Amino acid sequence: MAVLVESHATLGDAQRALGSDGTYLGGGTLVMREVNAGALQGRILRTSDPALRQIRPSLDSVEIGAGVTMAMILAERDLAHLHPVARAVGGPQVRVMATVGGNLFAVHPYGDLTVALLALGARVVSAGGAQRPIEDFLRERDRTGLVATVQVPRPREPRGFAFLKVSRVKPKGVSVLSVAAHLPRDGGRLRGVRIAFGAMGPTPLRAQAAERVLEGSALTPDLIARAAAAATDGLDPPTDALASAWYRREVAGVHLRRLLERML
Amino acid sequence: MAMKPVTFTLNTEAKAAFTEDGQNLLDFLRRGAGDLSPKYGCGQGTCGACTVLVDGEPHLSCLVLAETVQGRRVETTAGLGQARPHALQEAFMERFAAQCGYCTPGMLMSAKALLDRNPRPSREEVIEAIAGNLCRCTGYEPIIAAILDVAEGRIRA
Repeated sequence: MAVLVESHATLGDAQRALGSDGTYLGGGTLVMREVNAGALQGRILRTSDPALRQIRPSLDSVEIGAGVTMAMILAERDLAHLHPVARAVGGPQVRVMATVGGNLFAVHPYGDLTVALLALGARVVSAGGAQRPIEDFLRERDRTGLVATVQVPRPREPRGFAFLKVSRVKPKGVSVLSVAAHLPRDGGRLRGVRIAFGAMGPTPLRAQAAERVLEGSALTPDLIARAAAAATDGLDPPTDALASAWYRREVAGVHLRRLLERML
Repeated sequence: MAMKPVTFTLNTEAKAAFTEDGQNLLDFLRRGAGDLSPKYGCGQGTCGACTVLVDGEPHLSCLVLAETVQGRRVETTAGLGQARPHALQEAFMERFAAQCGYCTPGMLMSAKALLDRNPRPSREEVIEAIAGNLCRCTGYEPIIAAILDVAEGRIRA
């Protein structure tokens, strides 16, 4: 069977036409390689709906269209906290194509932006208008349908959010793992701590044991050491061509410690 | 297989050609439009040998669905220095920045995209600009030096 490309005027039209056999083409960096390899056949749906490419800042969050690219994030001053994350995705040619929506569906070793969105507590808005916390979206992403936008809370202070990607090839390489932390402070104590790992499970996942260590306390080197020791509790990292599960378990705490030390 | 007409600008020339459903821009440029300058390396967006500019931005043509360039401007190495070599081509020759030469068309287009946007880049910015282009011969240093030679005015077309 060959490939059949359908172009739709709006995301809503594409969602209605998707069915169970269609594949949605976002930026193309993941889908086209499957097409090139002959691994993906049948219906491919796309849309050039301009609504998907909008970035709408508000006071405490930013709504980012699913078709916004990493390069567009890098050009947006209001998204400065996400610049180090967007810059960690691919090389320049990938960044002008790779979209926020595509990143939400990207499987390991891709999807670094989603790690940051998980740490920030983003909400994913589907083509039908339904909203859900990103954790719920990630659990169900095989059957959620198309995404319209992502609502991303803004960290209240610059040092309240940090991201780190570990790769063997510099400056552009896929993740051995990635980690992001959002540490809101309330009167010197951490309230609403969120830490997310990429490459430590089938989707980006929260490091809940480490979060519990930090929650309600003031950030100190001693506390960071205890959080780092709990980094992989409850997580089951994969073994793949980039690293073994053992290696990921050994180094995850080290990288979490380095990340948190930047936030002191 | 359905064929779709695509009209676009290839370098300075208006072009019209048919694309097959699902065809990538690299294959379309080479077989449909007869421009053999972008190279097929990996077909999965890893090597950068197929880099072309679409509306001035560097793209991996193997990952671009050909029909999406309808009405847009595509630049390839074939359009560089048509009368005489482009400054980047002179600099690549001067610095021996091409050995086997397979990555060169992609390197040149990534470098052109950088200099069009930022005529005086730092060494770090040059490295970042070619981070999506693999070269297995040169060790990158001659390529970085060649791009900096043009940026810093040591080599002109």
